[in-house]
Amino acid sequence: MDITINKQIVPKNEKEQDFTPVFKINNLNLWYGQDHALKDIKFDIPEKQVTAIIGPSGCGKSTFIKTLNRMVEMVPIVRMSGEIVYRDKNIFNAKYGVEELRTQVGMVFQKPNPFPKSIYENVAYGPRIHGIKNKKVLDEVVEKSLRGAAIWDEVKDRLNENAYGLSGGQQQRLCIARCLAIEPDVILMDEPTSALDPISTLKVEELVQELKKDYSIVIVTHNMQQAARISDRTAFFLNGEVVEYTDTSTLFSNPSDKRTEDYITGRFG
Amino acid sequence: MPLINKESVKKRMGTRLAANGFAKFLFILATCFSLLVLGVLIYRILSEGLPYLSLDFITNFASRMPERAGIWAALLGTIWVMAVTAPVSFILGVGTAIYLEEYAKKNAFTKFVQINISNLAGVPSIVFGLLGLTIFVRLLGLGSSVLAGGLTMSLLILPVIVVASQEAIRTVPREIREASFGMGATKWQTIRRIVFPAALPGILTGTILALSRAVGETAPLLVLGALAYVAFVPENIFSQFTVLPIQLYNWTSRPQEDFHMLAASGIIILLIILLIMNSIAVLIRNKFHKRF
Repeated sequence: MDITINKQIVPKNEKEQDFTPVFKINNLNLWYGQDHALKDIKFDIPEKQVTAIIGPSGCGKSTFIKTLNRMVEMVPIVRMSGEIVYRDKNIFNAKYGVEELRTQVGMVFQKPNPFPKSIYENVAYGPRIHGIKNKKVLDEVVEKSLRGAAIWDEVKDRLNENAYGLSGGQQQRLCIARCLAIEPDVILMDEPTSALDPISTLKVEELVQELKKDYSIVIVTHNMQQAARISDRTAFFLNGEVVEYTDTSTLFSNPSDKRTEDYITGRFG
Repeated sequence: MPLINKESVKKRMGTRLAANGFAKFLFILATCFSLLVLGVLIYRILSEGLPYLSLDFITNFASRMPERAGIWAALLGTIWVMAVTAPVSFILGVGTAIYLEEYAKKNAFTKFVQINISNLAGVPSIVFGLLGLTIFVRLLGLGSSVLAGGLTMSLLILPVIVVASQEAIRTVPREIREASFGMGATKWQTIRRIVFPAALPGILTGTILALSRAVGETAPLLVLGALAYVAFVPENIFSQFTVLPIQLYNWTSRPQEDFHMLAASGIIILLIILLIMNSIAVLIRNKFHKRF
């Protein structure tokens, strides 16, 4: 089974390799204890585009996105093989520290998770841990990041209030602002709108469109319409394997694998 | 044919309601019993102790004559001992808790350590007194000093502080730790800037409650050789000392009625100190209470 899939994927990738990859994933395997959660994942993620990862629950999409900034290693029983090359460096190389990687590859989580601090301190956290103390610089970073996350107008008069007073949608955009404040290269989003109402979801989706001008974005979503709306390329995961990975329009209009077709037409998942 | 017989349900209704009322009555009774005991205690102490309570009582040294006796030496002794105990137990206790919660691998050994810490919290205080006597007084040659007393008290309350701090650290949600790690923060930065501030109210509450237990302890310090009659205040951490509970114990064991009254006055002072400490704990809990 593995082999046939790889045969389908590899030539496709080579043929369509008209982008600069930011991540190159090679034969990535991952186990939780005995459970083989990711199987021979192999594809490239483009620069300054939105790459969506779709698939049914438990297919490994969240696990996969967490390998890209090595957050998956917080699970004690996890084992991995293969390589992920981020801008010519293997992120599993012992010399490449996770802290350095995560400074370049930021993450927005499924549930909004602001710190129990003021709005200002939430955004200033990243710059502060990287040693920026100058108040003027911090002020500028905070404003720029909040503007970048399209939340500045809503919070500019209450920067010193606790972030927990914001609505769920505002909290999630604050988390995006917090992520922008470290000026990352890539932003990983793990189902960022699954806890939000439709209007907040729309705002975050618009924001993603805006952000891809400056950042490479990988977004996990269980919402196929969302993937179709906002992404440039889509990978369909099933049972820990990449079934299909191609342009979003191709994947949704003309899927080459039967299973992809079944999934996107709603026959399962 | 319905499976539930409406008639028998109706018949049982009265019994159920009676049982309901009876349960409530039992719980009220239990509460009233504690309140009654507290009431009697406070009445007895106030009626015996108030007549002797004055500024002189606080600022005088102990004396053979009841009308001139005071608790100045014991009060300052208590403050000195606490000044040693508080920082030592806080630093060691919180440090241990952070290590166990954040760094230690969850294996059989840490589980063993964990169980032992919990067990230590239940060890009688006099055992800690013997430990302090062996290590601090004899082995390290500190004598019956404030330092030896304070360190022994630290050992006594350390397990309580460790357990309370661990619980406080555990309430900090995983999500906000992940947020911090996800931005490239190191473990130490995450602990110092996120976990510790969020857990601090719980840690402080636990620490203050543990300290207020130490304020009332007599046995370990008696074993260490703290003095019963002291006519001087400690000058430094190597001075000899007495503390409030020892002074009270000393007075109550004397035959003269007047000294019993003095002891009651001393108890009022001790209770006031404990009340203040517990109020601070409550204030901290309310002021910094965070919901996640």
